[in-house]
Amino acid sequence: MSSIPHDHAAGHGVDREHADHPGGIMRWITTTNHKDIGTLYLWFSFIMFLVGGVMALAIRAELFQPGLQLVEPEFFNQLNTVHGLVMIFGAIMPAAVGFANWQVPLMIGAPDMAFARMNNWSFWLLPFAAVLLLSSFIVPGGAASAGWTLYPPLSVQTGMGMDLTIFAVHIMGASSIMGSINIITTILNMRAPGMTMMKMPLFVWTWLITAYLLIAVMPVLAGAVTMLLTDRHFGTSFFNAAGGGDPVLFQHIFWFFGHPEVYIMILPSFGIVSTIIPAFARKPLFGYASMVYATGSIAILSFLVWAHHMFTVGMAAAGQVFFMYVTMLIAVPTAVKVFNWVATMWKGSMTFETPMLFAIGFIFMFTVGGFTGLVLSLVPVDIVLHDTYYVVAHFHYVLVAGSLFAFFGGIYYWLPKWCGRMYDETLGKWHFWRSFVFCNVTFFPMHFLGLAGMPRRVPDYATQFTDWNEVASIGAFGFGLSQLIFLYAVLKAIRSGPPAPARPWEGSDTLEWTLPSPLPYHTFETPPQVS
Amino acid sequence: MERKGAGAGGSMKAARQQPKKMAATAALVAALAPALALAAKEYNLQPAVTPIAAQISDLHVYIMWICVLIFIGVFSVMFYSIFAHRKSKGHQAAQFHENTLVEIVWTVIPFLILVFMAVPATRTILAMKDTAVPDLTVKITGSQWKWNYDYLDHGFGYYSNLKTPVAQIEEGEPKGEHYLLEVDQPMVVPVGKKIRLLITSSDVIHAWFLPAAGVQQDAIPGFVRDDWMQFDKTGTFRGQCAKICGKEHGYMPIVVEVKSADAYASWLAGHKNAAAAAADDPNKVWDVKELIARGEKVYTANCASCHQPTGKGVVGAFPALDGSKVVTGPKDDQIKTVLNGVVKNGQPTAMVAWKSTLSDVEIAAVITYTRNSWSNHTGEAIQPAEVKADRS
Repeated sequence: MSSIPHDHAAGHGVDREHADHPGGIMRWITTTNHKDIGTLYLWFSFIMFLVGGVMALAIRAELFQPGLQLVEPEFFNQLNTVHGLVMIFGAIMPAAVGFANWQVPLMIGAPDMAFARMNNWSFWLLPFAAVLLLSSFIVPGGAASAGWTLYPPLSVQTGMGMDLTIFAVHIMGASSIMGSINIITTILNMRAPGMTMMKMPLFVWTWLITAYLLIAVMPVLAGAVTMLLTDRHFGTSFFNAAGGGDPVLFQHIFWFFGHPEVYIMILPSFGIVSTIIPAFARKPLFGYASMVYATGSIAILSFLVWAHHMFTVGMAAAGQVFFMYVTMLIAVPTAVKVFNWVATMWKGSMTFETPMLFAIGFIFMFTVGGFTGLVLSLVPVDIVLHDTYYVVAHFHYVLVAGSLFAFFGGIYYWLPKWCGRMYDETLGKWHFWRSFVFCNVTFFPMHFLGLAGMPRRVPDYATQFTDWNEVASIGAFGFGLSQLIFLYAVLKAIRSGPPAPARPWEGSDTLEWTLPSPLPYHTFETPPQVS
Repeated sequence: MERKGAGAGGSMKAARQQPKKMAATAALVAALAPALALAAKEYNLQPAVTPIAAQISDLHVYIMWICVLIFIGVFSVMFYSIFAHRKSKGHQAAQFHENTLVEIVWTVIPFLILVFMAVPATRTILAMKDTAVPDLTVKITGSQWKWNYDYLDHGFGYYSNLKTPVAQIEEGEPKGEHYLLEVDQPMVVPVGKKIRLLITSSDVIHAWFLPAAGVQQDAIPGFVRDDWMQFDKTGTFRGQCAKICGKEHGYMPIVVEVKSADAYASWLAGHKNAAAAAADDPNKVWDVKELIARGEKVYTANCASCHQPTGKGVVGAFPALDGSKVVTGPKDDQIKTVLNGVVKNGQPTAMVAWKSTLSDVEIAAVITYTRNSWSNHTGEAIQPAEVKADRS
């Protein structure tokens, strides 16, 4: 291929660039363009990542030494709770939707998302939800402090910060549901001629399945927090044993949302990694069909394992055994995915630019998180690790080293296409290696703390836990500072990076690389033909 | 192939930079090494002191080795591939992308490995759930933020409070050996006997977690769950509340003293006598000084964590008692508040009912203390009989 096929519609789009949308701030407020909205989602999520990150650093600073030095226990609990909520609902999920907005139309050859105005609304709900959530710190009684899981009766006790949190969750849920409807409709109806379901790039597949999960479980979360709200203010007793309710009911409902939520946060990352690995191995993805089936099986199984978060509530042996077996079963499709990625690399012709490094880092560390998940799935072992730092280590390995690393890889991979300029490879590598080392320095010792019996969500700890906490805190600050390299690398690329060719990655073969870099404002107004 | 410039050229440059990167990483590891060496103390499960904990420990070791072996297997392949199949070495990409046999094999093998994990795990679950035929039953009640141990077979019970002084927590005094894991009165049990635990809560969800015994059970308000433990050896074992339960969640330790049969019997006898001797005569008339002295102790153990030792409370969360209208107003209102707690919209608040936790004497004493401390000078003595009269 010595020339890049430009479809004439794309060129036409460039001409219209300044004619059909307002400039300045109004461009972003009124935009219905999937690329603009993708950008908004990604910047929003990065800002929330920094906000949640500052909270994490405050937590790690307090935990650097035993004793109380910086924050009061009540405020510590608030930081802990809001850190979790901000990172999950403010950083990881919107980042995934940002990738979907940019990439789903480009990868299936569609001109835009199916419901462009709703797309605008589903983004613009988020900043308001974030303000609501963060403003809870300044109301009497402070922010929600029962942990991001919001278990009653503790969450019924807290002040009006909890109500603000509940409303923020409602709004973010509405945003997610609208985003998902949009993504599903786009994928099912707007694929270019010739692009059958089983020809879709794996990223599109993972997002299709993620969107179904979101539509299935966000209403469940909304129901759970609404019941909390009525228990708090209107005298209902859903979760109050004195009124005939059951506090454990909340946990069942919450985790029926919460476990699929875990996969909502990881499946798009699987998709990104499955895009990056073949591109840099210069070899097609191994086992495409089994990847699709594995993703589907993970999604279905995710609805059947919720009570493994609740092994200590005192359920019957039969319940424990059932949830243990189904949870262990998830290891099978997950293992298939890892094997497929390794087999894709096998006998390839690999280069190791930043996206590839993040993808390999993802596979390596996500697998660590997967193994600790398997350890936690075993009820007897879980009994001594439940609610300890082992669990904290486990889910940070899958969320930080998993989801987040894949997103970093995705940004470096697609940035040349999105803004038409290359990032600085040296900065990217600095960012990767520092993130990789410090991520392990932060989270690996937490396994030891948990095994030795340190509970999570404590502002202070017994002296035998001091050493590993110090190491983890040092790692956390290193990790946090490394993200400034990322910010600098992205800004530098956008402002002054060298112009990117239409296809900077030799092995990439999805539709977006047939378009010029930078992308015209409107693309695929005439659908491409997929052979 | 005009496009290869950016991708391949970048990677060649990257390959040249690799040694520099590795040196930087090595320097970083070296800088952290002293911290890592220091930190080698705690890295595994606590030594097991019950048969269940021993089974859990064995299971964990077994699973960890399986995981480590798979990990080494999978990543040897990956890192070999990264080493050998790179473009900079001129390796040409193969184009295979599926192999049904291989895919079936690597789906079936993990499944079989899981079966070998599930069998011993299931056996341990069934053993853990067998609470039948205990030698002794202790009811454990969590409340914000202490544990109550009720010896149902012997008709007495007591609270177990954190003993670590505030100065060690907040003022940087040197930490004691058992910082945060020490209590005024530990739970005491005999060695070698099957102890059934009935676990519940009086306010929010707590979790009774004693890692060395392999026991963790949520304490759920309104429900009683059971669990059991049987110690192989005597000694003192420590744990903490594991479920976030409010601001003092980190300060709710669990200490269990396992005694020999004889030592346990004499502890039991001593405890019964002491309990009888300490029982207060509810009709005795106390003077203000006695009540204040007693009340201060009750206040420190039960009230100070929210309302603070200064009586100033925490703005926005816990009201001040110093200068409070309730504390300086009609005494019956305060007695009823302490007895029944504060209920808003039909839901209990952090101010829980104390009527079943504290005796008439203790409530009278603590109320007298609050009405005569800080800037409150009512001079009133509340008698236990008045508290008794307000219980209804």
